[in-house]
Formats: sequence, C-alpha cells, structure tokens
Amino acid sequence: MTQNDSNPPFSLEEGLNMFLKGVKHSMVLGMEIVEITPEGLVVRLPYSEKIIGNPDTGVIHGGAITSLMDQSCGLAVAQALAPDFDITPTIDLRIDYMKPAQPHRDVFAYVTAYRKTKSVVFTRGVAYQDDRADPIANCVGNFMRMGISKTPWSPEARPEGSA
Amino acid sequence: MNLQEIVAKCKETNDFDTLVKGVPYAKTIGMSCIKAGDEVIFMLPANKDNIGNPTLPAIHGGVLGGFIEQSAIMIVLMSMEQPHFPKVVDLSIDYLSAGLFRDSFAECKVLRMGRRIANIGVTVWQAKKDEPIATARAHLLLT
Repeated sequence: MTQNDSNPPFSLEEGLNMFLKGVKHSMVLGMEIVEITPEGLVVRLPYSEKIIGNPDTGVIHGGAITSLMDQSCGLAVAQALAPDFDITPTIDLRIDYMKPAQPHRDVFAYVTAYRKTKSVVFTRGVAYQDDRADPIANCVGNFMRMGISKTPWSPEARPEGSA
Repeated sequence: MNLQEIVAKCKETNDFDTLVKGVPYAKTIGMSCIKAGDEVIFMLPANKDNIGNPTLPAIHGGVLGGFIEQSAIMIVLMSMEQPHFPKVVDLSIDYLSAGLFRDSFAECKVLRMGRRIANIGVTVWQAKKDEPIATARAHLLLT
C-alpha cells in the first residue's frame, strides 16, 4: 500500500479492531475478529464459564450469542460504510436458534451487510461452530445511519466488491 | 436440589432471585428478579461491563437481548407445572431508544402458553414504564 496524500489514519482492519476494542461488553466476553472477507467478516466468541446458561450441561446462554450477533452485525455495518464512519445504532435484531452450541467450544459469527441505503444498513448472519451451512443460529438486524461523523478510512484498504 | 425443587422453593418463599443467580450468564450481566406482590419484574443494574457504546455511554444491545431472553425463560419456568428449562426458538428485539448507563427493568407477558410453544412479550424500560427502551417477542419450546 502506498502512502497517499489524505493520510488515512488506519486501515479497515485496524479501524474495525479499534471499534471492537472500544466496546466494553464485547471485550468482557473476549470477542475478536478472525477474518475479514470482501462480503463480510467472522468474529469469534470464546467459550467461558461466565456465559454458561445451563449449569448442568455447560451449554452457553443464548444471550451471549445475541451479543455476538449484535456486535458482529455492527462491525459489518462499519465495514460496509468504510471508508466513511458513522454512528449506527441497532434498530432491530431477530435471532432464530436452530440448535444449542456444543459446550467447551468457541462460537463463530459470519455476518454480511447485504444492503445499505441513505438511512439504513441491512445485515444478516449465522452463528456456527464447525460449518456455516449447519448453523446454531441465524440472525437479521437493521441499523440506523445517524450521519453524525465521517473519518477518512483508507479507501484502498477496503476489499474489492464489498457492500 | 433439582430444578423442580428449586422452582417450588422459589414459589414458596416468593424469592426467584436464587434461581436467576444460579445461571452463570445471568450473574455475569448482573440481573436480578424482583417480586412486587404477584408482579414479577426483572432488573438489570447499571454495570460498566455491560456497556456497548462507550461515548454515550449506552448498554450493549446484546446484553439487553440476553436480559430479555433470560427474563422470558424465567417467566415460562414460573408458569410451568413441571418446571424444566424451555428452549428459545426465536427472539425479535426492537430497540426504541438507547439504553443509558442506569438500571433497566423488564416485564414479561405470557401471550400464549400452548402445549408445546409459549409466546412471550417483553417490555424493557429505564425511567418510566410507559417509555420503553426496547420491546421484544420470543417463542420458547416447552417440550
């Protein structure tokens, strides 16, 4: 990557990681971005005692998956709006649970922002452990574009064909 | 004690907080259960670890989701004759305004308790009950 005149302060990857690290609750749960693709991104939620929902089985609480999906969809929105930046609160979030997560194993979220308009960004994604085609949960979430701020993210850092 | 005995004891002592505290995730976000007469209200105290937007600051939308989900599970457990953990099938949350850094409260309505599926409506507020910050709808599988 060449240094350009607008002097972008950080790449897309750095920007998304900064966004995530600023979210206290996601840090408490130990989330991290593991992959950024042209279409979306993958976020890891590590297994831990504190997110157990059923103490008898060790299965994690759906609430932790809700946090994972809300956070991941928010990141996908930021990715879709890059190199611009905006404040984008969640309008609504719907989660369908297909099966419980296997205990003692990490959960991953793969999410994409599949459409953006002037006011709204539409996202969808899955939570899975082994295979995206065999998900634990499916989600759709819509986000409001507040139009509050713009910061110059590195345009060339934005993957080709991203939404 | 098994779950049925715990729920029976909670009903007897009118103290469901013990049941909430037995769930590690509920303990992590810090939620509790308040009984006001026959009314059941769930509380999520202001907690730095639950913050999502650091600038406002505001509660993480996912935490509100988890709070709503656990509240719905609790209300179904309380309504069951043979209490056992119901499975959440789906959850749909509408975020009406930002959850600020203060205590939040949730109240559940059992809209339908079928033989296999329960439909639960949840309202979350902070300052005033008639100014909700989120509403949600959940289906829980009972069998």
